[in-house]
Amino acid sequence: MGKAKSGNKEVIAKTSWKKAFKRDWQLYLLLLFPLVMVFVFSYAAYPGMRMAFMDYKPIRGYAGSEWVGFKIFKDIFTDKEFTRALRNSIVFNLLDLLIGFPMPIILALILNELRYAKFKKVSQTILYLPHFLSWAIIGSVAYNMFRPSTGLVNMVLMKIGVIQQGIPFMTEKWHWAVTYLLIGVWQSMGWGTILYLAAITGISGELYEAAMIDGANRWKRMWYITLPGIKGTVVTLLIMNLGKIMGSNLERLTALGNTQVADFQYQLAIYIYNRGIGNAKFSPATAANLFQSLVGLALVLLSDRIAKKLGEDGLL
Amino acid sequence: MGKKEKTNETTVSTGGEHAVNKFRVSDFVMMAVIVLLCATCVLPFIHVAVKSISGNAAVMAKSVYFWPKDITFDAYKRVFGDDSMTYSMGFSAVVTLIFTALGMLVCTCAAYPLSKKRLKGKQGITFLLMVPMYFGAGIIPSYLLYQDLKVLNTVWVLILPLIYSPYNMLIMKNYFQSTIPDSLEESAFLDGASNFQILWKIVLPLSKPILATLSLFYAVGRWNAYSDNMYYTRDNNLKLIQYKLYQMVASATESQTSSLADIGGVSQSVPEVLQAASIMFVTVPIIIIYPFLQKYFVKGAMIGAVKG
Repeated sequence: MGKAKSGNKEVIAKTSWKKAFKRDWQLYLLLLFPLVMVFVFSYAAYPGMRMAFMDYKPIRGYAGSEWVGFKIFKDIFTDKEFTRALRNSIVFNLLDLLIGFPMPIILALILNELRYAKFKKVSQTILYLPHFLSWAIIGSVAYNMFRPSTGLVNMVLMKIGVIQQGIPFMTEKWHWAVTYLLIGVWQSMGWGTILYLAAITGISGELYEAAMIDGANRWKRMWYITLPGIKGTVVTLLIMNLGKIMGSNLERLTALGNTQVADFQYQLAIYIYNRGIGNAKFSPATAANLFQSLVGLALVLLSDRIAKKLGEDGLL
Repeated sequence: MGKKEKTNETTVSTGGEHAVNKFRVSDFVMMAVIVLLCATCVLPFIHVAVKSISGNAAVMAKSVYFWPKDITFDAYKRVFGDDSMTYSMGFSAVVTLIFTALGMLVCTCAAYPLSKKRLKGKQGITFLLMVPMYFGAGIIPSYLLYQDLKVLNTVWVLILPLIYSPYNMLIMKNYFQSTIPDSLEESAFLDGASNFQILWKIVLPLSKPILATLSLFYAVGRWNAYSDNMYYTRDNNLKLIQYKLYQMVASATESQTSSLADIGGVSQSVPEVLQAASIMFVTVPIIIIYPFLQKYFVKGAMIGAVKG
């Protein structure tokens, strides 16, 4: 495979641009459309990041605004609002990863062990559903479930007499933290199983048969065959998820949050939105955003390198 | 579904020792866990649906669980009678349609050439087209850029910036590479067909499953997302239905949770029944089409997993 690939590369290198262009001009023409789109709508915004190093004033524009070096970064790191947003982002995303990452793996292992094909299929269809609903829908349904007095869960708990007063699932910050995390896990767990299930089907059936003949029980087979079989997928997805440690989803935060829990809800996405769009403080918002993207990128690159060192495929 | 656990005599035999196929406690536990998790995905929506067709008084009296009381469709009449709701729904549908069509076009334009091994400069172009997936400029630089491009606060800011999706492009490219045999195109090439003709007459007709899948990815992605709606538009007539729902529920929630209204159950800005009907109004379209389309999504996600 490797040989064929390098051979191919030589062929490509040998073809002159003129010849390649004559043969494939139509392909290059097609590529023009996506290239124009990324340049106009993505790359064209990159120079704007320089305002993180400027005291940007919208009226003066880039040319009239002053360069201030790393002052904006120094400012935001001493800004209590920013450090709170940063702390919340890191803590909540780490918890998301801690709870949310193993869940699809466990669920995939269970689904794989299910006996009745029909049962398995129906439950998969149901479990994938939350992935296809917007945060607006999930948030509004969550309030219907967890409101202190008229939420279904509290209604049921009060009716059967477990509690006297509604539990403030959505309105007290510590309760909210748990609700927020569990809803996140719930939303992503079903869909998250797909890649693991695909990886499991790739494991040779002979391994299982041999293990069964050797008397390995279900748990041993899971532990010694299935889990090692999906290790590559686990690592790849872990890398992808590590990149999200800094980012937070504005839709999820706003759909589930409210002023009562602002203390915990306040994460980088909200900080950037409030500063940038709300107060037109462009420089701090951009600096915060840049910091967030750079840390995310660094984490992906770092974990990819570590994965490769460990002999895994990695992501890039 | 709960019944199924009891019919354990009909275990599927997959060979091996008999003992292996016995229905064990662990089977029961696993099925119970799955049933429980499925219930968390279904029951909340049933509850909201039931609420939406119940009488306001019954809902406020907290007597509506999973069966409607004082059945009435007044809330739905109000939702459908609310021009801003129906407008937003139509607007979302139109935006989603245009977005999906343009998205598929740009996706094909990128994926087909890049699926060709012989294409000179392929690696560099792929790199250029992938970088935005890992590193974006951020909200504010984008905001100012859209302002300069005169798309800020127009319908185009909801369409153009996102139609090129590196992720969808990778999926399509992987599909072309793995399922369209090179020989087929080579022979067409020798017969004098141009690249365009090969794409249009051979590759695309052979790729219908992936075209369906990716159209769905685009459509559902656009239909559900609204953060760009929050960032880059201000006008009321540019509100997507999801954003509209979010704002409605958020304002009701704030008025409920930050005052004493919730305790006494007195009248609120948006009655719960009307809220429930609005949630259903937005959710039902997805729930109806979802079971039919699910298999396409699964297929797409799996192709996407293969590295390109």
